[in-house]
Amino acid sequence: MPTERPLTQAIPTDGQALSLQGYERSGGYQGLRKALHEMTPQKVQEEVKNSGLRGRGGAGFPTGLKWSFTPMGADTPRPKYVIANADEMEPGTFKDRHLMEGNPHQLIEGLILAAYANQADIAVIFIRGEYKLSQERLARAIAEAYSAGYLGTDILKSGYGLEMYLHISAGRYMCGEETGLLNALEGKRANPRAKPPFPQVSGLWGKPTIVNNVETLVNVPHIIEKGAAWFQSLGRTREAGTKLYGASGKVKRPGLWELPMGTPLREILEEHAGGMRDGLRFRGVLPGGASTDFLVEEHLDVPMDYTEVQKAGSRLGTGTMIVLDDQTCPVGMTSNLIHFFAQESCGWCTPCWSGLGWAKQILAAMEEGHGEPGDLDKLSFQSNFWSPGNTFCALAPGAAEPLQSALKFFRDDFDRHISEKCCPWRT
Amino acid sequence: MLMDEERQEIEAELVHYPTKQAVCIDAMKIVQRHRGWVSDENIRDIGELLDMSPADLDGVATFYNLIFRKPVGRHVVMLCNSVSCWIMGYERIREHVTRQLGIEFGETTADNRFTLLPIVCLGACQHAPAMLVDNELHGNLDAAKIDGILEECK
Repeated sequence: MPTERPLTQAIPTDGQALSLQGYERSGGYQGLRKALHEMTPQKVQEEVKNSGLRGRGGAGFPTGLKWSFTPMGADTPRPKYVIANADEMEPGTFKDRHLMEGNPHQLIEGLILAAYANQADIAVIFIRGEYKLSQERLARAIAEAYSAGYLGTDILKSGYGLEMYLHISAGRYMCGEETGLLNALEGKRANPRAKPPFPQVSGLWGKPTIVNNVETLVNVPHIIEKGAAWFQSLGRTREAGTKLYGASGKVKRPGLWELPMGTPLREILEEHAGGMRDGLRFRGVLPGGASTDFLVEEHLDVPMDYTEVQKAGSRLGTGTMIVLDDQTCPVGMTSNLIHFFAQESCGWCTPCWSGLGWAKQILAAMEEGHGEPGDLDKLSFQSNFWSPGNTFCALAPGAAEPLQSALKFFRDDFDRHISEKCCPWRT
Repeated sequence: MLMDEERQEIEAELVHYPTKQAVCIDAMKIVQRHRGWVSDENIRDIGELLDMSPADLDGVATFYNLIFRKPVGRHVVMLCNSVSCWIMGYERIREHVTRQLGIEFGETTADNRFTLLPIVCLGACQHAPAMLVDNELHGNLDAAKIDGILEECK
């Protein structure tokens, strides 16, 4: 079946970035021309809403709906901001880096379109400090976009103007959380903010602010150029578009593939990732980064879209999967994950900083053979507090997902650690 | 005292933002680029320039992984300890690096050549295990490859 790969097909295979000229030859900035000259901002919003595009950062919130909360009109507080969240730091996730390194102009065009649709004045790409190559390529591409008249005042003689900056962060998982990101941009600790008010109404310095993930934004030029109906037709399920799926862990060919939304898990792991390495058996997978519930063998035929993965008890998340094999200890893996979340907790909410720290200690002790009867009850009890509503942001709820699902699917392995007083994989 | 060059670079950033505080992370990174790390004296001087108390600024500094509040060696080695790298052999890699350098996480070699730090997922999971050396990414690590990379760092 020939499949369209709008997000990645123009990316050079030699590791270089697609140039401005190369991007324009592949149809780049045509969506922007069309929007600025033929469409009102409301029409752009409507097209994105009708396309069914959902946020690719992990939450899957409908992008058009997110934009619809932005105050529009003459008496709107200004400046209005749009921000590309390029703070990719979800463990196991490596999709946005590929998009930025390979085709930086595609992100810039998507961000300009998002800005136009929301009538923003300033656009910021918020990128993590460790992504050096992406930073260099985006900085050059932004300069090229200014020179070519895609940024600045009176873009393509449309009367619309936009300034764009690249903000290079200093590293912390919390910066990827929408409101933590806003605090980071204001020069503060990246603690989360209460919602409501939502950033669309009161965001950066209290002004209306839209924050979208990189992969979300790079879809927008294609949707505007080819239309919502085309985008809807790309998915294999009822959900729209393509998705960057990835696999890491002990599969034969770890990697990243742009496939129709809703491609089944088994097809991704077997056909694209090449199955497990010789001598290893599949035991489970975190389907979309560290903060998603484990899926196991019975779930292999689940179509990987937001709705279907949720029905199976997990989340599509970032769509980049971390595969657990039968010779890797599930308790050790869980311990590693909870160590990460405990370390990256910003300390704002008690269930998070306190509970994660405790769970981290219990799991580390268990791995070292010091587990005690009752530990698993303590882990369940603690993680029940890490639910939405008990914390300001999704860090602790995200941590609960791999822990609670590991306790469900790998209970025997946890029990063995406690009863045998050691990690059976380390003897 | 901040050097003229540092002050000019910080002031150039101020035009992009509506508040002085917004520049503080960039300001610390500028100082760190010139000096390798950010000292208590630097914190006071930057705070003065940006109308922030040293305590507020240090609160920001200590929040972020890439701001160094202690001196570091000429080369900073950051080993990814997140989940994909852990599955692909992080513990063996860590053992090898600490043995080769003779230091643990958070330490600097006696000759001031290397500082070793852990880092969260580098987004190179298909090439796990991975590390950053002076912000350059290296993947598919094994003992021989690590030795070659460290050898290059003079």
